[in-house]
Amino acid sequence: MTLVLFLEQTLNGLQQGVMLFLMAAGLTLVFGIMHLINLAHGSLYMVGAYVTASVTMASGNFAVGVVAGMAAAGVVGMAVELLALRRLYGRDHLDQVLATFGVILTFNELTKIIWGAQAMFLSTPEWLSGTVEIIPGAPYPAYRLFIIAIGLTVGLGLRHLIVNTRLGMLIRAGATTREMVGALGVDIDRLFTVVFGIGAMLAGLAGAMAGPMLAIEVGMGEKILILTFVVIIIGGIGSVRGALVGALLVGLVDTFGRAFLPLIMRAFFDPATADSVGASMSSMTIYVLMALVLIWRPRGLFQAYGG
Amino acid sequence: MKRIHTLAAAALFSFAAAAPSFAADAVKIGMITTLSGGGASLGIDIRDGFELALKQKGGKLGGVATELNIVDDARKVENAKQIATRMIKQDDVDVVTGIVWSNLAMAVVPSVTRAGKIYISPNAGPSALAGKNCHANYFNVAWQNDNLHEAMGQYVNDKGFKNVYLMAPNYPAGKDALAGFKRFYKGNVSAEVYTKLGQVDYAAEIANLRAAKPDAVFFFLPGGMGVNFVKQYAQSGMSKAVPLFGPAFSFDEGILKAVGAAAIGTFNTSQYSHDLDNATNKAFVAAFTQAYGRKPSLYASQGYDAAMLLDGAIAQVGGNVKDTDKFRAALKAADFASVRGAFKFGNNHHPVQDIFVREVVNDGEGVTNKLVGKVFSAHADAYAADCKM
Repeated sequence: MTLVLFLEQTLNGLQQGVMLFLMAAGLTLVFGIMHLINLAHGSLYMVGAYVTASVTMASGNFAVGVVAGMAAAGVVGMAVELLALRRLYGRDHLDQVLATFGVILTFNELTKIIWGAQAMFLSTPEWLSGTVEIIPGAPYPAYRLFIIAIGLTVGLGLRHLIVNTRLGMLIRAGATTREMVGALGVDIDRLFTVVFGIGAMLAGLAGAMAGPMLAIEVGMGEKILILTFVVIIIGGIGSVRGALVGALLVGLVDTFGRAFLPLIMRAFFDPATADSVGASMSSMTIYVLMALVLIWRPRGLFQAYGG
Repeated sequence: MKRIHTLAAAALFSFAAAAPSFAADAVKIGMITTLSGGGASLGIDIRDGFELALKQKGGKLGGVATELNIVDDARKVENAKQIATRMIKQDDVDVVTGIVWSNLAMAVVPSVTRAGKIYISPNAGPSALAGKNCHANYFNVAWQNDNLHEAMGQYVNDKGFKNVYLMAPNYPAGKDALAGFKRFYKGNVSAEVYTKLGQVDYAAEIANLRAAKPDAVFFFLPGGMGVNFVKQYAQSGMSKAVPLFGPAFSFDEGILKAVGAAAIGTFNTSQYSHDLDNATNKAFVAAFTQAYGRKPSLYASQGYDAAMLLDGAIAQVGGNVKDTDKFRAALKAADFASVRGAFKFGNNHHPVQDIFVREVVNDGEGVTNKLVGKVFSAHADAYAADCKM
């Protein structure tokens, strides 16, 4: 293992973490403030990816596609909140899981009816399709650097929103004691819809970013959803800062596990066995990480107050 | 309100019960395939190919009215088992077909054949069903799992590559794939990497791959996994330095549509290609493209061939499929024109067939596969010798 490879894998881990953060930020807000387990968060990611691909294809401009994808995910998210999820806030978590699972199935079928069952095509925008040699000797895909930049910008933007704005104050207050916020005359229903919309837009952005890199297919949201839940559990439910730290941690640990465990195993086994043992072990690393974090801090790294 | 529900339910039940009785002597075929969720495009291709054949025959395979019952397994083993039980016990079908995935086939096929029904596999061909545990009622009209990988092993070897990097998902068919490749590839294996089934991001693997400096990559990643990997591989700028090789499963028409130009210049092995030069295939491609607005993939060709195999055999027994011995013999004879050209069954009821190599090109209409040569002629699988049949 060389230093160059190590640095390259660190970038890969960061990039994966940033994608997870875009998903986790919305999910953790919804979970922390509304106490809603929303399995359908991945469906909004899928909506973002499909709309981005369609609009990019029609307009020939990726940026237009991304904006449309985010907007569509936001609108669809708020519509789902108003029509379906609103009724679930008072129910217990099992009901929420059942209902939002139903939402997943509905979205998957709708997507198949609208766009068909075959994966969709979205190419990398021309100006991001090359590689950049930021680590000498390891040309790195420009598109992945772009994702890291977008993710960190969104992270800073969210921090500003939550710390410095009135909406952010309400979000923090809502996460701590939502009854009190309601008693003070804030329209809590509207606050929930807005928060849900923000989360949905971030999921849509994640989907839009994923488009040029991943298969845009029915069910793509469920694959990332499980990791996203791991992230918010590690980070502490309801904490956006926790979501960022958790996402980067999961991204790095997962990448390093996949990259280096098979190499490490080669010191102990013959190559074929080492590759197969390494592969099996690397699929466990993030769950081991989650278990360790929960032993150390049962409520996650950063817990939102109250909760 | 309650009464209305009851009435509606009663009406539904009587309709369901009445439906089969319309055609008492019809041949009943149950199709269990994946039509929803991840991997749905494969099952849809198989279904569309099968239905096209049935439509061309006016709804009559072998001149006998055919009742086709298609049920979605959503790629879940439990679903497939339940559906199979219902088809065998309740619907009393004559033939079961359709399963895409090997793990589902392993759970379903033995119970179907044990119940005395015929199973025609339009895709999955796990080694466990080809060797010692082969069965007289089981016919695979596609390939044994290892076949296409074996052909690529031979091709990569012939092309003089000496240090190949291997990648497959960490599940039984992935291990079979690499075993099949290594059966014919004689050079050095740079590394053998098993990724998670359904993995979306391959950045870590690609970075390791670059560091290992192989002279070629062989990968088996069907469906969305293949799309993800090929796109990311192209983004990493590696495509020019280290060429990609794989079985057709990593480069089917659905994947190519989603990957686009990133796949151009790669090679893959297949028993079928839409540009195979024979009359049956030309008619099939024209009809399929007209009916569905896309080029047929190898999966579609397998669905079509499954129906045509049945068509030939049912005609030969004059529609009397209940006479299992005769029906089996007719199937074994494989008296039909396969879209892939020459086709016959080996002793273990798996194909003995040619395997071709295709290059991914842009033919002006889009990115697609183009036939460039033949790797094996009349290739049989490695397990046939263990089958006592």
